[in-house]
Amino acid sequence: MAQKRREMLIDPLVDNNPITLQVLGICSALAVTSSLQVALVMAVAVTFVTAFSSMFISMIRSQIPGSIRIIVQMVIIASLVILVDQLLKAYAFEISKTLSVFVGLIITNCIVMGRAEAFAMQNSPIDSFIDGVGNGLGYGLILLLVGVIRELFGSGSLLGFTILETVNNGGWYVPNGLLLLPPSAFFIIGLIIWAFRAWKKDQVEAREYKIQTVEAH
Amino acid sequence: MEGLLSLAVKAIFVENLALSFFLGMCTFIAVSKKISTAIGLGISVMIVQSITVPANNLILTHLLSPGALAWAGFADVDLTFLGLISYIGVIAALVQILEMVLDKYFPPLYNALGVFLPLITVNCAILGGSLFMVERGYNFTESVTYGVSSGFGWALAITAMAGVREKLKYSDIPDGLRGLGITFITAGLMAMAFMSFSGVKL
Repeated sequence: MAQKRREMLIDPLVDNNPITLQVLGICSALAVTSSLQVALVMAVAVTFVTAFSSMFISMIRSQIPGSIRIIVQMVIIASLVILVDQLLKAYAFEISKTLSVFVGLIITNCIVMGRAEAFAMQNSPIDSFIDGVGNGLGYGLILLLVGVIRELFGSGSLLGFTILETVNNGGWYVPNGLLLLPPSAFFIIGLIIWAFRAWKKDQVEAREYKIQTVEAH
Repeated sequence: MEGLLSLAVKAIFVENLALSFFLGMCTFIAVSKKISTAIGLGISVMIVQSITVPANNLILTHLLSPGALAWAGFADVDLTFLGLISYIGVIAALVQILEMVLDKYFPPLYNALGVFLPLITVNCAILGGSLFMVERGYNFTESVTYGVSSGFGWALAITAMAGVREKLKYSDIPDGLRGLGITFITAGLMAMAFMSFSGVKL
């Protein structure tokens, strides 16, 4: 049992990553990664919401009527997100300003919904909680990777501390401004997916169309 | 009037929901393999967006914002913290109603769009539109304009993406990059193209 739970926690990190394999929760993964601090807060918030929403939904799973389950799940998720939103506004106002609408958008983050629907509706509360934490961490891993790359090479710092002295401040590093702009997040995630799939060959997608080679005679 | 026009242009091109705020990305990536389905989804998003943003605007101004409940005798009640849950409730309910109305009165349209409607409840672009409306403090007319044009912008982006992907499947892409990876990079290039609209003012 302990073995199985450990797998549930580790599996979503690389082998079954919600972003690179299941294509869930990309919206916020792209928008909040221009600095590491914001990405970190977002990763924690999503992990919290996924874990607890899975747990609560799993607790009442036998009471939820099938026809209105989406609404019930939404209400639980939305209540947790309101909690996170209010906490951030109270204790980290600056960050909550930077995150703007993206805290609210955790409600429609497909990871949260997807785990509730695919896992929490069939499994016990503790298992669902662990599954939620695992998937939240898998999401957080990608978020942090992108955040580190964008902040380090885009503004030469990490968590606000200067690592690479930029030219403007009399250093040597010419920051790559593109990395601070939205499109770069797409490129970085695309390349991360490539790296993951080069490492785990079984994740490579099948060819939809094959170029026919004509034998030369 | 000019203000509204400039708001519309801004919502369609400069602040395109899909390509500069990355909203609705899950469906944007998942449902953009064929142009015909992309157009269907795009139109559904546009319809739902045009209804939900003004509807949420009415709810915000008449029920939630501080002092809005004065008519009921609660002049100092501030319910804005209930915003998120009401907006998503409105969206889920409206999508459900739209589905039933289409099924009853416009069966051909229902057959074409029916499969996409449930997907739209969890589309970040819809909730995002309402949240941006709240954050920027649009009034009712502005929110109607914003709803229609941001929905149109999203539809435009997903249709263009589907067009690119239909051609892309014939190309010879490195193994690991095939499918999801190259789709992201394409979306990035499109986002860069859309950035060139920034600074356009009417």
